[in-house]
Amino acid sequence: MSTATVEKPGFGATLWEYLTTVDHKKIAILYLLGGGFFFLLGGLEAMLIRLQLMLPDNNLIGAQFYNEIMTMHGTTMIFLAAMPLIFAFMNAVVPLQIGARDVAFPFLNSLGFWLFLFGGILLNLSWFLGGAPDGGWTAYAPFSIWSSTHGFDFYAIGLQISGFGTLMGGINFIVTIVNMRAPGMTYMRMPLFTWTALIASVLILFAFPALTVGLFFMTFDRLFGANFFVPEMGGNEIIWEHIFWIFGHPEVYILVLPAFGVFSEVISTFSKKRLFGYSAMVFATVLIAFFGFMVWAHHMFTVGMGPIANSIFAIATMAIAVPTGIKIFNWLFTMWGGSIRFSTPMLWAAGFIPTFTIGGMTGVMVAVAAADLQYHDTYFVVAHFHYVIVGGVVFGLIAGTHYWWPLIFGKVLNEKLGKWTFWFFFIGFHLTFFIQHFLGLMGMPRRYWKFLPGQDLEVGNFISTVGALLMAVGTIILLYNIIKTSVNGERSSQDPWDGRTLEWSLPNPTPHYNFKQLPLVRGLDPLWIEKTQGNGKLIPAEPLNDIHMPNNSFLPFMISLGLFITGIGVIFRPDSNVAYIAIIAGLVIAFGSMFIRSVKDDLGYHIHKEDLEEEGAGVE
Amino acid sequence: MKGWMGRFRALFLLSGLALILTGCGNPYLSALQPKGEGADMILDLMILSIIIMLFVFLVVMAIYVFVVVKFRQKKGEEDYIPKQVEGNRILETIWTVIPIILLLILAVPTVQYTFALSDTTPESTEGEEAENTDDALWIDVTGKQFWWNFDYRDTSVQTSQDLYIPTDKRVYIKLSSGDVIHSFWVPSISGKMDVNPGKNENEMFIKAEEEGVYWGHCAEFCGPSHSLMDFRIVAVSPGEFDQWMSDMQNVDPEAEPEDSSAREGKQLFSDNSCMGCHAVGSSPAMMGPNVTNFGDRSKVAGVLDYNKENIVDWIMDPEKHKPGNSMTGNYTIPSEEDAEKIADYLMSLSPSEIGPDDAQDDDYVQPQKKEESEQEGNENNDEGNSNENNQEENNDDNTNEDEEN
Repeated sequence: MSTATVEKPGFGATLWEYLTTVDHKKIAILYLLGGGFFFLLGGLEAMLIRLQLMLPDNNLIGAQFYNEIMTMHGTTMIFLAAMPLIFAFMNAVVPLQIGARDVAFPFLNSLGFWLFLFGGILLNLSWFLGGAPDGGWTAYAPFSIWSSTHGFDFYAIGLQISGFGTLMGGINFIVTIVNMRAPGMTYMRMPLFTWTALIASVLILFAFPALTVGLFFMTFDRLFGANFFVPEMGGNEIIWEHIFWIFGHPEVYILVLPAFGVFSEVISTFSKKRLFGYSAMVFATVLIAFFGFMVWAHHMFTVGMGPIANSIFAIATMAIAVPTGIKIFNWLFTMWGGSIRFSTPMLWAAGFIPTFTIGGMTGVMVAVAAADLQYHDTYFVVAHFHYVIVGGVVFGLIAGTHYWWPLIFGKVLNEKLGKWTFWFFFIGFHLTFFIQHFLGLMGMPRRYWKFLPGQDLEVGNFISTVGALLMAVGTIILLYNIIKTSVNGERSSQDPWDGRTLEWSLPNPTPHYNFKQLPLVRGLDPLWIEKTQGNGKLIPAEPLNDIHMPNNSFLPFMISLGLFITGIGVIFRPDSNVAYIAIIAGLVIAFGSMFIRSVKDDLGYHIHKEDLEEEGAGVE
Repeated sequence: MKGWMGRFRALFLLSGLALILTGCGNPYLSALQPKGEGADMILDLMILSIIIMLFVFLVVMAIYVFVVVKFRQKKGEEDYIPKQVEGNRILETIWTVIPIILLLILAVPTVQYTFALSDTTPESTEGEEAENTDDALWIDVTGKQFWWNFDYRDTSVQTSQDLYIPTDKRVYIKLSSGDVIHSFWVPSISGKMDVNPGKNENEMFIKAEEEGVYWGHCAEFCGPSHSLMDFRIVAVSPGEFDQWMSDMQNVDPEAEPEDSSAREGKQLFSDNSCMGCHAVGSSPAMMGPNVTNFGDRSKVAGVLDYNKENIVDWIMDPEKHKPGNSMTGNYTIPSEEDAEKIADYLMSLSPSEIGPDDAQDDDYVQPQKKEESEQEGNENNDEGNSNENNQEENNDDNTNEDEEN
């Protein structure tokens, strides 16, 4: 077993390894591939949107197709690109940062990934099976209930399946971080990325059930004739909005908090300084998450909730600006007095601060309930949330990609190409979205398939499209960089950035059991402490011993595949009775696999002490 | 509502930024060039929030630029290890407390304006604007895929697509939807309000401070032609509005057009059961847009330039202009010749001399005097309108006008 990593396995063996793996490092790569694919797909949809809106009264794309693209751009980017990419980094980094050999539930981890992937594939199959959902990613009822294609059936079932995966991932990381920290790694010594991963996981635990319930209601309304959201039948369409945003608002923080975590690591590392105000940063993270659950109705100021509700939600929303501001200043003062290297990850962090500050400013502006009557559902809001989600989350993910690429793939991405990516993407981003604030105030509502001439909206929309093209160029350079580095990049040192946290203490490539001996953590930034006060190596907290590892399993793939087949059956049940075969076959596969999992003893295996000693000779 | 915030804006105008902002966009569409009470109030609030936020942004950027320039790693200092600072309690307190204060400054007018803008009780409006509840003009607005219907409450007046209102007076509207959620938005007059189906009806007031034909949009996604669900607010002076109202109340749906082609068009209009959906006069069914004053429309179907060619074009193929509309497939497509006759008929439907042109001239007509309104009141009575309070109301009305003018 221990020699498996030494041999160069064939393609079939590698594929099988990845289909069955329960290793968090390999699952991270799977998430990276899956999320990256959907990111490119969502980007393609974004380009089509911008091309359609480049000129007034443009007929490049038809109304129905445009609405499908617009809906799928939002849905794909949030659920199928940003979420899995966040999970990719949580998987790749968190166990290493806390000094653990894997996550708490490796099997569940694998299941979470396959559920996400099959859910995402199911949702995107709608393109080929009668049309994608067409009512916006928010899927407001009653439009989504009455929409005539199968689009929203795919939406409800696809997101349900991938949502299960997310929920499992969230639970897994809570348990991992609470239970599996190395000796000495107290809560207040955890790196900030781990902290934000923990808080984001808690948010997932509380927010996703709301989505699950909402999607079940929608499924029942659409497929089984229930009337939860149908006003004529005594339902209430506003309830969907509440359920959706009770999930939807925390979702923003689920995405952006880990991105904050990435920036905290990057800024601290590249400034060669300890994070300024560490405990304030942790406290601010917790506070943002807490407030995040009390502000959902600020998405609904125009719904007619009345001035009392609007005022309360307005003030609660404004309050979030305070902990966010604390974070911005803490990052600035981490850099203050440091010795800053502008390598690519740091460049993204430097681009993030002004961008996100603008997103936060407009966030406070839209929180002003009375003024939101003008901003709401216009391009001002589109600009605002792209400043937050692209400026915060996407910048964070790209920074993380460059920062942790050597950890995940053992190679440093090309710095020169990385800088080209940054400047194209950064300039393109501001060109695309800054002008949209003004477009919104000048009277352009969002989700407009076309704008008519004579409204003085031509110039702004044209500039916006030009910016989007620049962003596309930046993304293509990133893709080229990744391919180029993978093909002929050189293996990097184990610690290319002069890191401060535990993940950089490991050999490159990281052994599949991570830590031969669990490290002893003596404070915040444990590796930095050993570098400055010790010999640069971590002190083992335990004698060398046998390591207990989990076995690979094909069952997560089968369970997900089963649910996928059942999902297709459920969607097409109203059309044909053949669908019942799919429903039953899928359930048999899924529950059969669960049954096997339950009755078959799978105790894993041990890596013996002797093998470790032998193998470790050249490593440490 | 233009208290201290209004003065604040005057001050801000001097700084030039507001000039840049208010130069943005189309004067009858942009929220940055308010022509109505609501939009005016909201712009004040926007400017206050922009000032506060710009202050914060400048502070952040000043520190940021300093840090990025000053603390770059210099050549030959690769091994320099900076002091590892844990934090600074005083600094951290400052950047916690100051934002709280700034947000409180913003929170007070936010709450105040949120309440003020949602106030649809005519009696409680303050001071000189006090109007009697019964005298207030209420309009029931219905949004449908992809057009708007306007029903003037307690009168038999109904229009579609063009909403006529008097200037300098709060007009109260009740919003409801016949199908999915829409949102009623006229940026230069006021903020938007969702138009919900079922029991979730909303109310708001609009008040135009200048005459004009204002651009209205649907702002909540509602289907393929969401972006084409435009309408207009035609704000005319109060006197012109009164005249329009009385003309509309006296409309005779059966009147024969003078032109022979239009007469044939009228026949075709009823033979092809166009009337089943498109009412001339008032109809409770509201299946399709009301065409009572189609001759005065500012646009065809809310989006096309108003001319015969476009009307014919629409009749022949509505799907081309508004995908997903409910007309497509639900009527017999007439021959092009017949369509032209129908267009002639529709264009002849102009019961009032007051039209969009009157909103664009400088002609400001004062409301009618007491005697005339009394007479009009009697006419109203014939239409089944309550007359009991008219005398009293008109008195109130006149007093107000005297003060205002």
